[in-house]
Amino acid sequence: MRAVQVLVDGFAISSLYGLAAVGFTLIFGVSGVLNLAHGGIMVVAAIVAWAAAGEYGLGTYAGALIGVAAGLITAYATYLVVVRPIQRSRAIRPEETEIFVLTGTLLWGIMIQVGMAYLFSDNPVTVRPLVAGVVNIFGVRTPTNKILIAVIAWAVIGLLWLLVNRTRTGKALLGASMNPRGITLLGYELTQLYLIAWTIYGILAGIAGVLLASFLGVGTNNTGQLTASAFSIVVLGGLGSVSGSLIAAYVVGYLETMTAYLIAPTLRPIPALILLVLVVYVRPQGLLGRR
Amino acid sequence: MSFFRSRLFWIAAVIVVIAALLPFWLSAYLLGILTAAYYFGVFAMAWDLLFGFAGEVNFGPTFLIGLGAYTAAILNANYGLPILVCVIAGAFSAVVGGILLAVPALRLRGPYFGLVTLVAVLLLQNCIVIFAGITGGEIGMTVPDVLSIDADVNYWYALAFLVLCAALLYGLSRSAVGLILQASGQDAVGAAALGFNVTKHKIAAFCVSALFSGTAGAMLIFYMGTASINTVIDVSIAVQIIIAAVLGGRRTILGAALGAVFLIVANEFLRPLGQLNTFVVSAVALAVILFFPDGLIGYALHRSERE
Repeated sequence: MRAVQVLVDGFAISSLYGLAAVGFTLIFGVSGVLNLAHGGIMVVAAIVAWAAAGEYGLGTYAGALIGVAAGLITAYATYLVVVRPIQRSRAIRPEETEIFVLTGTLLWGIMIQVGMAYLFSDNPVTVRPLVAGVVNIFGVRTPTNKILIAVIAWAVIGLLWLLVNRTRTGKALLGASMNPRGITLLGYELTQLYLIAWTIYGILAGIAGVLLASFLGVGTNNTGQLTASAFSIVVLGGLGSVSGSLIAAYVVGYLETMTAYLIAPTLRPIPALILLVLVVYVRPQGLLGRR
Repeated sequence: MSFFRSRLFWIAAVIVVIAALLPFWLSAYLLGILTAAYYFGVFAMAWDLLFGFAGEVNFGPTFLIGLGAYTAAILNANYGLPILVCVIAGAFSAVVGGILLAVPALRLRGPYFGLVTLVAVLLLQNCIVIFAGITGGEIGMTVPDVLSIDADVNYWYALAFLVLCAALLYGLSRSAVGLILQASGQDAVGAAALGFNVTKHKIAAFCVSALFSGTAGAMLIFYMGTASINTVIDVSIAVQIIIAAVLGGRRTILGAALGAVFLIVANEFLRPLGQLNTFVVSAVALAVILFFPDGLIGYALHRSERE
């Protein structure tokens, strides 16, 4: 009974973690950017979806779409206002670009967090479930919404897989992540590929934000924690490896759920953190990382 | 260069004298803000030694600060040890923490090490919440002893401590050791090929940074009279330290201290803006990173070098 509950709950939260982390790892793989404003983008999508659906009375579905659009716009802003100027700056030496992108996106994330708290409030918001009702799975009453979230998450990940592996653009993205110079020699415009990667990332982060808000509720105070969890899942799975991130998302999701159910809810994040430190010590490239 | 150094020395001396005389015409409230800002300056300088010179991306300066602060607070509140012993013990435990951090730093690079430091902060924070019995948990703990109840005296303590740390760290950064650190931070293989022991110097850098962070953390809690996660450990404090150091200028040590004082004072003056205060400060810091990546002091130094 409890085992089933852990399985069901863990599956739902893990697929959300996976969805959020896949975009993060994609951006790193293609353009080498670790976006520490990640949580901020998810929070924008969640709060805008909530406001559009509730405050402005546009309904749950329209609200969710507007939320995803808001996430996409924020992702573009992150790239155009913060990341690209740093990458192109002549005053910053190439070997220091990475730390500047980290610091810059960190500051940008704080600006998003504080700005959203000012415009709305720092109370956590919960988007209304996309579907109502409960389903009985082996004696565990599960909200249909939870199942729908897992299904949407996997559908989006599946679409992403098709896009990357089965289309020309996707293959170009893959190429850019393996060898940026090689792909430019083949006549692809690197800037354009980066923009495409950020578009995909914005949509993924937006969907993850909206779904998370309808599952657990999201507040501006979660920004840092959301970034940290995506960051650790991605490092655990191996930076730049999409399938690694998905596996890591399930490891972390189930580890957290099991700790919360079987030991104590207060200890929820700790085993995952310890596992992360161990993996980073023993196998710095992560589970499926290249390098 | 020696002319410039002497000019820098005189500028610093004038600033210190003016700062030392401030208690005669500033209110106790403003002095309190500056006192906290000076301890903050030490945090930022210690971070700059690790990042600017040793090239280690440390997202968790508050791990070292928190270790020092909480060791001192626990010894003082639960065992009643005198302040001096507590501060020394705090500094010692921070150095142990520094060595713990140095071990992964020797194996990992860039974002991986950054993540480990971040996780170290989160683990420390969780440990404090779990062992709430002796640490006070999320509420924090009250420390019975304080450095002084007089605002002026507290201010002079903090200023003297800042000046001492600044002199030591600046001297270290200009010494042969500082150059070797800088070399091993920028090209570890190259530095090792020249016969320098990179491992030894990096561990030393971690120990020195931890020593100053831990001592400053311990002093800070004896100034404030309380130790809590929100004041010495939270990731947002770590972010502020990083902003301060980058704002002032990396690889300058003194810039980090000025950046910290500027940041805290600016925060205070923007207080009427309410919630937007942090927004404005972050936006200014972001603008500095985008337009003057060398920081304020770094920009001034480079200009004077070019002239």
